[in-house]
Amino acid sequence: MSSPHIRQPDANVRRVMSHVLLALVPGIAAYVWQVGAAILVDLAIASVAALAAEALVLRLRKRPVAITVGDGSALVTAWLVALALPSIVPWWLTTVAVLVAIVGAKHLYGGIGQNPFNPAMVAYCTAIVAYPALMSQWPAAGHADFATQLQLILGGSREVDAVTGATALDAMRTGLRNHAEVNAILATDAFGFAGGRGWERIAAGYLVGGLFLLATRIIDWRLPLGFIAGMGITAAIFWFAAPERFPSPLFHLASGGAMLAAFFIVTDPVTAASTPRGKLIFAAGVGIIAWFVRTFGAYPEGIAFGVLLMNLCVPLIDRNTQPAVFGQRKETRP
Amino acid sequence: MISRLFGFRGGIKPDSHKAESSAAPIRPVPLPPRLVVPLIQSSRGSARTIVTIGDKVLKGQCIGEAEGLAGTAIHAPTSGTVTKIGRYPMAHPSGLESLAIVIEPDGEERWIGTEPLEPAAASREELILRVQASGIVGMGGATFPSHLKLGKGAGIETLVINGAECEPWITCDDRLMRERAADVVAGAKILRRLSGARRILIGIEDNKPEAIAAMTAAARESGIGKDANAVDAGDDAIDIVTVPTRYPAGGEKQLIRALTGIELPAGRLAADFGVQCFNVGTAHAVYRALVHGEAMVSRIVTVTGNVERPGNYEVLLGTPVSRLLALCGARPDTNRTLMGGPMMGFTLPSVEAPITKGSNCLIAASPTLFPPAPPEQPCIRCGSCARACPVGLHPFELYWSSRARRFDDAGKYHLFDCIECGCCAYVCPAHIPLIDYFRFAKSEIRARDEERRAADQARTRFASRLARLEREKAEKAARLAARAAETRAGLAAGDAALVAAAVERTRAQAPAAANDKAAPTPEAG
Repeated sequence: MSSPHIRQPDANVRRVMSHVLLALVPGIAAYVWQVGAAILVDLAIASVAALAAEALVLRLRKRPVAITVGDGSALVTAWLVALALPSIVPWWLTTVAVLVAIVGAKHLYGGIGQNPFNPAMVAYCTAIVAYPALMSQWPAAGHADFATQLQLILGGSREVDAVTGATALDAMRTGLRNHAEVNAILATDAFGFAGGRGWERIAAGYLVGGLFLLATRIIDWRLPLGFIAGMGITAAIFWFAAPERFPSPLFHLASGGAMLAAFFIVTDPVTAASTPRGKLIFAAGVGIIAWFVRTFGAYPEGIAFGVLLMNLCVPLIDRNTQPAVFGQRKETRP
Repeated sequence: MISRLFGFRGGIKPDSHKAESSAAPIRPVPLPPRLVVPLIQSSRGSARTIVTIGDKVLKGQCIGEAEGLAGTAIHAPTSGTVTKIGRYPMAHPSGLESLAIVIEPDGEERWIGTEPLEPAAASREELILRVQASGIVGMGGATFPSHLKLGKGAGIETLVINGAECEPWITCDDRLMRERAADVVAGAKILRRLSGARRILIGIEDNKPEAIAAMTAAARESGIGKDANAVDAGDDAIDIVTVPTRYPAGGEKQLIRALTGIELPAGRLAADFGVQCFNVGTAHAVYRALVHGEAMVSRIVTVTGNVERPGNYEVLLGTPVSRLLALCGARPDTNRTLMGGPMMGFTLPSVEAPITKGSNCLIAASPTLFPPAPPEQPCIRCGSCARACPVGLHPFELYWSSRARRFDDAGKYHLFDCIECGCCAYVCPAHIPLIDYFRFAKSEIRARDEERRAADQARTRFASRLARLEREKAEKAARLAARAAETRAGLAAGDAALVAAAVERTRAQAPAAANDKAAPTPEAG
């Protein structure tokens, strides 16, 4: 046995993953409070699908099953997929998305730590490209009719009008297409203080969880900061230039998946850049691309595309942002 | 003078486990029945035995002469008889055997009585020769010959004395500073003179308040009254600098960085940057050697871990590890013994190995005290290792490239800047034995470079052989051609002479022929 002969007692992957799951709880609680308990059903479906898929693939790959299933990484992916999809999509879509994430995006590339693309975002993109209609039906905040939502999840009916509502990003987009001004659109029913009514509270929940992850040093501050700066500064530039045509940075950051992405998606260490400067560049890139897709693209939300595109750039970014090592830094070189 | 503290990046804060042994004063060890004194006790060079079996030796008598410039002498740790000279298992991770002199003590502990030197009176060269002849090497564990560090004696501004002792469990330097602070300070002053430094910075981690107090008092004391060792009145006061407890604050580069702000790049010597660094134990040994004429025959060893009576001992070099373990009462569930600290130490292949100049600590390990590492899991690139690395490396990148045998990439990610402190492996949530991967990659790269060098050499040799053959062939051809030309020339010359001779004869005979109308004489060969 060789050195070191001691290990940090609480250093294990399971601890990292369970902290992430714990940090999602405030957001989930706000989700239940604002939109209804259907999300819990989704989380359950996604969890079961993810654990089953993970165990099965590990078995097929002849890898240790218990230790890897037990590390909690599949659960994190499952929860993120469930939270990224509308909570009233049918159960089979959630399941398919989770399978795409675990089997396709994770294990086909070699399992945990080996995947170049964020599994949850691969799943989201697959779902939105394959099932654009289902993926556009978001439950309206404040109409928490659990029975109807449950029926929709179980596939009993697609009588969606009673429980759905336009998301903030959708409403803004439609309004702007109809040549309405930003302030007029924001005055309508769907909006709250900063973003979508109700949804902005869920975003606040994610923010709380994210601050917890920052405090416990599970995530690097550069990633959320880079994302927020990338999206916020881009939005601010256009907003200053033409506030009637471009909503404020605050609107962008409080709407859609921005807070979830800032603290839980771009912070995935496996698929993010790894150098200090690289992290800032990577996360800022995601924020900027997301803003452009939201503003000029064909989809109301563009974070997933931003993440996948920036995932592609990670080797390039890392290679060109290697920090100087001990004794090579300019300021200390005699 | 209050020094600014610079700090260094990364590092870890493991449980210190110093309390187990730090309260125990330094005690001597009863003479063992035999001492096995290895001839190699330094990281550079070795010694040549100058005694034979049956010789009576005195304590401190040189039994191994320094070999070459880098060699350091070896001395009899006690008085007695040389009974054997042979190969014995050493305190080295490989378990290799090496040459050692076995001494059976006579129990009298009689010193040979080397004449002390008066540091203020003796010349610098004289003192450095004595350092080498006294067998002094770095006592922090690296065992680098001290006289080599002192060799130049010019261009050094700062002398750093390392009392950080950052590895968990080890307390030998702590006790040394508490109990023999004045000697350490005196040794530091001699080293200051020998290195030509102007100021002394003594770095001690803040978890050793007693040592800091003792050293501060000793430094103040030595400042009062006339400093016998001061070469000039401009010598600055000695600074005792408290550094925050964070492993590896006692690493040479980290301590120099923390105390002076200077970062030594990999492959460069501290001396290039006007700094020289010695361990407190080395300073103490220099003092004993020069002022008391005592060669290095013992060192302080912390014995701790899974033992009944942890403590610090003044151990004669050559004492078997097993004797110390027995003395401290190693518990029955002890399954291995570590030499050095838990971060950079190694598992002893045999407890019969002798204590040498670099053995600062023995830790009896049990499965409860040092549980085996959990199974290795895949890297999730979480970056914990990069945050912990005191050198600013990205250990996980090194890991990926080492694993994939992309050794060129590992080199690009500064593999050889790695000091193998173990911080990355300590914090890794996937329990990857990162240091093992790096050692593997380093040895592979070294082997490959070696191979390449050998291949280059072979190619050069082959090319020069071809060239030589070519040249010889050409020379031979030239020689042959020359000879042929000579022959031809000779023949031609011969021909000409013959023709001339013939013509001569003809001319001579012509009148005769004309007279008797005889036919011309046929040409002779």
